[in-house]
Amino acid sequence: MFGPLVVRPKNSKGDKTGSWRTQVRPHYLHKNCIACRMCLIVCPEGCVHGKEKNAFWADYNFCKGCGVCADICPKKDIAMVSEESKGEEK
Amino acid sequence: MKEFLEGSHAIAEVIKNVRPGVISAYPITPQTHIVEDLAQIVANGELESQFVNVESEHSAASVVLGASATGVRVYTATSSQGLFYMQEVVFNIAGMRLPVVMTCANRAISAPINIWNDQQDSLSLRDAGWIQIYAEDNQEAVDFHLLAYRLAEDKRVMLPVMVCMDGFILTHGMETTDMPEQEKVDKFLPVYKPLYKLDPADPMSMGLLADPDYYMEARFAIQETMRESLGILTEISKEFNNIFNRDYGDLLVEEYEVKGADKVIVAMGSVCGTIKEVIDEQRAKGKKVGLLRIITYRPFPYARVYEALKDVAKVAVLDKAVSLGAYAPIAVEMKAAFFGKKKGPKVISSFVAGLGGRDITLETIHEVFRRLSTKEVNSDFIDLKPELLKEEYGD
Repeated sequence: MFGPLVVRPKNSKGDKTGSWRTQVRPHYLHKNCIACRMCLIVCPEGCVHGKEKNAFWADYNFCKGCGVCADICPKKDIAMVSEESKGEEK
Repeated sequence: MKEFLEGSHAIAEVIKNVRPGVISAYPITPQTHIVEDLAQIVANGELESQFVNVESEHSAASVVLGASATGVRVYTATSSQGLFYMQEVVFNIAGMRLPVVMTCANRAISAPINIWNDQQDSLSLRDAGWIQIYAEDNQEAVDFHLLAYRLAEDKRVMLPVMVCMDGFILTHGMETTDMPEQEKVDKFLPVYKPLYKLDPADPMSMGLLADPDYYMEARFAIQETMRESLGILTEISKEFNNIFNRDYGDLLVEEYEVKGADKVIVAMGSVCGTIKEVIDEQRAKGKKVGLLRIITYRPFPYARVYEALKDVAKVAVLDKAVSLGAYAPIAVEMKAAFFGKKKGPKVISSFVAGLGGRDITLETIHEVFRRLSTKEVNSDFIDLKPELLKEEYGD
């Protein structure tokens, strides 16, 4: 008998680990973004998406709220907000 | 062909016949001669295999884990502290369901440091998910390696197998051994075809994070497979007998004069040779004594043990290991085999002997029979020297 043993590429996408997030999440302000892509590059979860200016977003299904994206943003266009606060849910 | 060989050399020769693609090991007494001989065999070009020299047992186990994951047959061997150093990887190999075969040349555990034989090393890893089989003599040790590969690579099993042989007593003992012929080995053990493997053309990962939603099923599957393996062991043993003409029965236990006996010793490994001698001597005098030898310790053959001993009055379990603060490793399984059952021995006494290579003599076995009375004992040490227990430290 075999249990879960072998993992095919990309199937961990089904494992939505966003529930582990700390008490804050990144809120993309979409005001001064220059599309430098730094937030996307440094994200340890690889859950930041976007190409155009002011169109980047973090997938909260996987985001752990580490804040690395907000820290590196040269335009301070990402704010860490508490989980309770309302914000953009994309 | 029958040859007069040292146990270690015989193992190296049979591993040559098995043709592992990757061998990795770190030398440790008393396993050293096995891997020394194998290194020589590979260097001589007698075996086309990659022998990976490593800086530790942890690395040796990691190398065979990685190699086995790529779908190649592998081999490693170790003892005592080396096995403990491997422990983390040993559990991983089982969890990843890789058919690794390892020889454990049984040796005592530090501290105090001791290179001689007992069975504490492999018995301490009983929960690792490895099938463990214990050889009584060198012929068995050789044959069990063939059985081990066949079992590990069986599509229904896919679990690692540890072949345990008593250090020095077997590894350094000379014995006439019927060495298997290559064509028979090839017939019994076809080329290994993995069910899954690491392959850049068809990527996959093994042993990744399994959160609480997934983990329990992975462990349950091994537990079930262990149970199913009991029957598969027997099936493979029959096939082995058909090809090599050596009968190991069900490969779970050996009953020696158990029928009609009222006192039976339960033991494992090379000490059973000594016990059989005492049994023969006692039987000749009309004493009803017998031996039940455990061959497969994991999975433990509870039903088989129950059948064999259900009508025996007194059982002495002789362990060459201790579970400090509890019943000894074989004794605890014997207790479990009869717990809550209607039939069974009135007395199951647990004895510990031969730790750290102290000789188990015919007299030791007589002493076990003498101490096997109506009063049940737990982990009763035989051949202790009381004069060594008088040390005092501090004020």
